Amino acid sequence: MFHKIFEDPKKTKVIRMVLYVLMVVFIIWDVLMERHHMIFPWDYVPGFSALYGFVSCVLIIVISKIIGKLWLQKKEGYYDK
Amino acid sequence: MSQLGLLSTWIHPGAILVLGAFLLPLFKGRVKKAYLLLMPALAFVLISTMEQGVYGVIEVFGQEMVFGRADKLAIIFAYIFSIAAFISILYGLRVKEDGHHFSSLIYAGSAIGVAFAGDFLTLLVFWEFMAFSSVFLILYRRTESAYKAAYRYVLVHAVSGVCLMGGIFLQYQQTKSMAFVPVEVGGLAAALILIGFLINAAVPPFGAWLPDAYPQATISGAVFMSAFTTKSAVYALARGFAGTEILIGLGVFMALYGVVYAVLENDIRRLLAYHIISQVGYMVAAVGIGTQMAINGACAHAFAHILYKGLLFMGTGSVIYATGKSKLSELGGVYKYMPITFALYMIGGFAISSVPLFSGFVSKSMVLSAAAEEHMSWTWLLLVLASAGTFLHTGLKLPYYTFMAKDQGAKGEDPPLNMILAMGIGAFLCIFVGVYPKYLYDMLPYATNYIPYTTEHIVWTGQILLFTWFGFYLYIKKLGGEETVSMDTDWFYRLGGGYFMVFARRVAAKGDDFVSNLYKTIVLAWGMCLARLSYELDKGVVDGLVNGVARFFVGLGGSLRRFQTGQLHDYALSFALGAFILISFLILVI
Repeated sequence: MFHKIFEDPKKTKVIRMVLYVLMVVFIIWDVLMERHHMIFPWDYVPGFSALYGFVSCVLIIVISKIIGKLWLQKKEGYYDK
Repeated sequence: MSQLGLLSTWIHPGAILVLGAFLLPLFKGRVKKAYLLLMPALAFVLISTMEQGVYGVIEVFGQEMVFGRADKLAIIFAYIFSIAAFISILYGLRVKEDGHHFSSLIYAGSAIGVAFAGDFLTLLVFWEFMAFSSVFLILYRRTESAYKAAYRYVLVHAVSGVCLMGGIFLQYQQTKSMAFVPVEVGGLAAALILIGFLINAAVPPFGAWLPDAYPQATISGAVFMSAFTTKSAVYALARGFAGTEILIGLGVFMALYGVVYAVLENDIRRLLAYHIISQVGYMVAAVGIGTQMAINGACAHAFAHILYKGLLFMGTGSVIYATGKSKLSELGGVYKYMPITFALYMIGGFAISSVPLFSGFVSKSMVLSAAAEEHMSWTWLLLVLASAGTFLHTGLKLPYYTFMAKDQGAKGEDPPLNMILAMGIGAFLCIFVGVYPKYLYDMLPYATNYIPYTTEHIVWTGQILLFTWFGFYLYIKKLGGEETVSMDTDWFYRLGGGYFMVFARRVAAKGDDFVSNLYKTIVLAWGMCLARLSYELDKGVVDGLVNGVARFFVGLGGSLRRFQTGQLHDYALSFALGAFILISFLILVI
């Protein structure tokens, strides 16, 4: 049932486009919406969570990969020697 | 207190599972399967109709043991434990070994026992039962690496038990009370009890046992394990250490720690295991914040977490069951063969990622709101950062490289009906809680009118998720599984000990006067003292366990016979000895 979607490059492209559109829609929504529960300074900044989500994702990947390569990752069977 | 419920006398719901397990050999075939499902169902009914109150107070050797302190905090954990037991038993219904069912019933029943324990002695008894029943869920995998992992697992939990026991007895010495109430922090007794709890909650640096053991467990064993041990520890922390500030830092660290390791992991169940650590981090941090909202958040998140994490472990378990492969680098494209598993896994993936209308959205936000109410900006920011990592791994990377991506030749089909049904119930509850959060909120320890579905919250979460996906899409090629293992603090007891021995031998062999004198006066004196201690511990606890485990396999045929022999007795004795040595050592030092 899923392969009609996943195996068809046109359809996966449509899914991607929908997600891109949603990204824009959510930022616009954030700019326009009324704000009630403001606690932190960044609650006043529209689009902050978009930026923070993206930066978090990149930071997690990059920092983890660096720690892994330099230190934590060992070949399989490391504990068996 | 009223004792009117469904029944006029109080029956311990955990006892139904624990005692019911002993009747298991009487049944065969379909009747056995029905009996297996009946026990957690009955426990569930008892818990859902239970009135709050204190039941089951028994005096043992002049010491009052409270088996049934049923307040809201206890009931919500017992309630979700009984649901988890039902789902996990249904998932593992085809497991042939009676011993496997037996261990899992004792394990689940003891977790319920922990939730209802009103005094520390009762808590300790069930705490130990949990450790020594769950280890069999690893042993039944019957691989060399599983045996080794099981040994390490039971070793770590023996330490947890000894710490807890030491703390409890010291505390009793000071307060003359065994009541399991909030512990006064400061002092050795509280510290030992806390460490005992932290080990079971898999808080770093004590947490490496979890990703070490869970991926080695049997397919259905891992589903049980994902539910009970860490969450009963969260319960114990919420009961004993609410508002203990150090837990905030530890919890936040845990949330990030799990995420970093998840980036590096190749084994699908080990990746999920690290995400248990990450998710339990939210609960530990919430317990540390300690406000009513935070404790509610910890309970709500534990509740939601048990459901979606069980579902995720069932989904990945099904993949391993069908394909025989467990590494991202060997999987890919299996959605074609197992579409139902894929769809149900994704529901769990969305729930853990706190997508609106799924359970994580209504529970994780309570923890974050509790941090916001207290104006803890760093706690809030770092927990949100970790939540991006959760979506990245459990919601995107794992399913992408397991079910989608390039077909690497791993083939299989959707698992048998009972496994699908178990996943279906889990998936249904993940959505039900997300759509109708009042069901969950009404059970929380403190009354709340918290509303998760505000515009701000939806807009905020939507952006986090969408832009995390965008980051994933940009890095997609770099995120595939690598054929490596990641070092964790288990290094110290897997390799570190060996290195230390080599080092020590070399130093001793040199014969250099200065070194050997120094060695004799300082290292040896201390070393002998420590060695004596560890020898006693080793002889008592460790050897007892190893022999116990080994003997178990010798007589696997009569799996139940095991528990009627002197082994448990041996263990109890050696455990008491170990605890006695530890306590006397501590008392002498202080």
